[in-house]
Amino acid sequence: MTSSDSFETRKIEGPWLASDEPGEEQRTSPPEDPAQTRSLRQHSGSIDGRLPEGYLLQERYRILGVLAVGGMSAVYRAQDLRFSKVKRVCAVKEMVNSANDPEVRAIILRNFERETSILATLSHPGIVQIYDCFTEGNRSYVVLEYVRGRDLETVLAETNGFLSESRVVSWAIQVCEVLSYLHSHEPRPIVFRDIKPSNLMLDEYGRVRLIDFGIAKMFQSGKKGTMIGTEGYSPPEQYQGVADPRVDIYALGATMHHLLSKRDPRMEPPFSFHKRPIHETNPSVSRELVEVINRALEYDVNDRYGSAEQMQRALMSLRSAGGSAGTSPFGAPTAVLSEISPLWRFASEDEIRSTPAVHGGKVFVGAYDHNLYAVDADTGEFLWKYPTDGGIASSPCVYEGAIFVGSSDRILYSIDEDSGRIRWTCPTDGKVWSSPQAAFGHVFFGSDDRHLYAVNVQSGRMAWKFEADGKVRSSPAVGEDAVYFGCEAGIVYAVDTGGSARWRFRARRGVTSSPAFTDEMVYAGGQDRYVYALDIRSGWLAWRYRTDGPVISSPAVNGDMVFVGSADGHLYALDTGSGRLVWRHATDGQVTSSPVVYDESVYFGSVDGCVYSLDARTGDLRWRFQTDGPVTSSPTAAEGVVYIGSCDRYVYALPA
Amino acid sequence: MGFLRRLLMSDGRSTPESARSVELGTPAVVPKFEVGWSTDVGKTRDHNEDSALVITAAQDGDELRPSFGLFIVADGMGGHRAGEVASSLAARVTAHHIARRCYLPSLVARERDADQPALTEILIGAVRAANDAVSQQVPGGGTTLTCALVLGSQAYVAHVGDSRAYVLNEKGLEQITHDHSLVDRLVETGQLTRDEAAVHPQKNVLYRAVGQSRALEVDTHVRKIPHGEHLLLCSDGLWDMVNEADMADLVGGAPSLQDACEDLIAAANEAGGRDNITVILWRSPLG
Repeated sequence: MTSSDSFETRKIEGPWLASDEPGEEQRTSPPEDPAQTRSLRQHSGSIDGRLPEGYLLQERYRILGVLAVGGMSAVYRAQDLRFSKVKRVCAVKEMVNSANDPEVRAIILRNFERETSILATLSHPGIVQIYDCFTEGNRSYVVLEYVRGRDLETVLAETNGFLSESRVVSWAIQVCEVLSYLHSHEPRPIVFRDIKPSNLMLDEYGRVRLIDFGIAKMFQSGKKGTMIGTEGYSPPEQYQGVADPRVDIYALGATMHHLLSKRDPRMEPPFSFHKRPIHETNPSVSRELVEVINRALEYDVNDRYGSAEQMQRALMSLRSAGGSAGTSPFGAPTAVLSEISPLWRFASEDEIRSTPAVHGGKVFVGAYDHNLYAVDADTGEFLWKYPTDGGIASSPCVYEGAIFVGSSDRILYSIDEDSGRIRWTCPTDGKVWSSPQAAFGHVFFGSDDRHLYAVNVQSGRMAWKFEADGKVRSSPAVGEDAVYFGCEAGIVYAVDTGGSARWRFRARRGVTSSPAFTDEMVYAGGQDRYVYALDIRSGWLAWRYRTDGPVISSPAVNGDMVFVGSADGHLYALDTGSGRLVWRHATDGQVTSSPVVYDESVYFGSVDGCVYSLDARTGDLRWRFQTDGPVTSSPTAAEGVVYIGSCDRYVYALPA
Repeated sequence: MGFLRRLLMSDGRSTPESARSVELGTPAVVPKFEVGWSTDVGKTRDHNEDSALVITAAQDGDELRPSFGLFIVADGMGGHRAGEVASSLAARVTAHHIARRCYLPSLVARERDADQPALTEILIGAVRAANDAVSQQVPGGGTTLTCALVLGSQAYVAHVGDSRAYVLNEKGLEQITHDHSLVDRLVETGQLTRDEAAVHPQKNVLYRAVGQSRALEVDTHVRKIPHGEHLLLCSDGLWDMVNEADMADLVGGAPSLQDACEDLIAAANEAGGRDNITVILWRSPLG
């Protein structure tokens, strides 16, 4: 603790790493080697010449034992002999004044005397009482009330599972109460500056007491050089030398975050609480409490509670609002979703699993009723249809005035974009579920006959076919110099434009998902539940991410994120470089639909019957549109409209 | 493994403090896999706690087996020479792990498969193995570790601490890694400007290092390094002393990568050489 005026004099002193109080095993020792500029947590820090048991200080305090030892300080249990008839036990904190410069030593001593004098005048049941202070040689001592109990760090460590929300709230209310007292101290507010679980003692009556007033900090002379570890609970402005009472509010928020999430902030990047929401580890915490904690943890001091009293009121209103604590669990959306209604819908005669293609003001889509439909993109009016002899799940593609689409009648069709008349057909020996992709004058598609075909778009003549290890239902991704696709035997292939394999990657189960690629990577999903990122040139596995269900959905890459659905019901957003999860969004059905990113939103369908629009950065739900059947079709977005089919037989045009 | 041992060229304590890379079986037609590196104690320290490690291997025209490079910079800390022991050990353990799990299997693999760990998993596993080794063998020691695995023109970077990896091209230096330092976080949260961070009294405070916690978080990055562009790894002894524009100019003006490394170290020493300086420079080959 410090009064704000004296903080400036030592704001940059002391090891960043080590909190000064004893009780933790890891400590910073002062560098022994003056040339050493990097110092570390020492695993066995201690003061030389620890006081032995039985030692008598000031002819009054008999040392009974060591309570804790830190780098430059120690705490002893001692008996106060002034009360000879009873055994009065107190705690004696010892600090070594190790500054070499006599002037600095004198300043430290003066600060010590001034600070302890201020502390000695404090009286609050939540503050450990100071009885006495004195200096012997280069060591200074504070005699404190001895509190029986455990600090909250110990309490947390000894708790299986999570601490209850109501206990943590009740402790925090008590801390606010003490902070209000300290912050309203006259003539100047007292800023504790070091709120953290190990400085909060739960006494034998269940009350929280602030211990360790940070006096030892002033005994640590400035150290230079790289050090490891952070205090973890302090707000950013504290490192700028600001001693505003609101630093204590931040640290209390940080303490509550640690107690509830069980994630130790000293092990995390500083000031990263908002990136590690409490409910990530502890979903039982109420939204209301999280909001209170988040406000205490704002970077900007002006966005936090203005006072400890204000925070205390917020915590108390939580308790009155919902019994012991807040009430709303996470997961239930609270935001009111904007209602959206389709611009139009178009009815086919069977399920639509195919993804619509949009070109020249027309929407083309295949249906299980065997037809390829052309519909006016603005009105949804029927333009023409082309009947095949099998259900169509393959998605059409438009290229140089022709529509290409595969059918379960084993044929790939080329149909005139305007008239809907047939141009040519390319028969295969298996059903064509794979969606054709056209580029470089050729159309590429797979067939259940285990081949990938490359066919001239004008003539329909086959340029080559590549024999795969299994049925090819994955749609090829066509790059500058290679085509990437998967097969049901679990291989992902890179085949060059001449039709020979460059590399192959073997997943553990079938790859129905169609790859997406960037300059560096090919991304594909596997029925083995993984999303794979493969080095585009060599097929080396760069990273993989395991979902909880088969990944049939095809990934979409946008910026530094790759989006993909899983049969586990989620849409995932992963970091392209590392494969780390950025966010995921739960639906009530399998997500086999492939996401599409359009104007900072990601769109996809779910077997729960809904079409979803999420904020691509955050995964927050923008809107949801309910159809009357599972949505396995993937959306296509163009000019502010999202087109998607549903197993309810309709194609929908939805406003993006 | 004998040849690999020969290729482990330094652990940072070698003198002279620089050497040229050894190349393995590179046919004349294949573009040269170029690398330079150097490490120096600086002007104010009495020993070098940095370590550098370079492995390169190449063979001709096989898509499955692109040229291989492994570059590691580690900057140790801790008293009683624990720093240099930690950085050297961490670099060697990391290299051993990667060579065994990634390079050696690739020599005989006929296809890639999902039974092999992913490259980023291998890198993270390697740094964690280093973390375990340092924790067990060098109590009180710790180290930064920045490691780049290069396959063809693709760089896979794993990183803990404040040694950095940069891409250098005609636009200048672009930092790939994010320092795990307090001031970096203060800059990110808008509390400090870059200039203020450079003189902040706690600019050397890291929140993450090898050898300091059981569950080490390791950052990974994947970057394509187009032909002719450079990958630069260095300890804070370089980036703290020489600004990025000057670093880029020095590399651009040097006749070879090795000369560039030595020029960079000279520049850091001219600016004061307040810390040990280590730099590794690699240029992406054709194809």
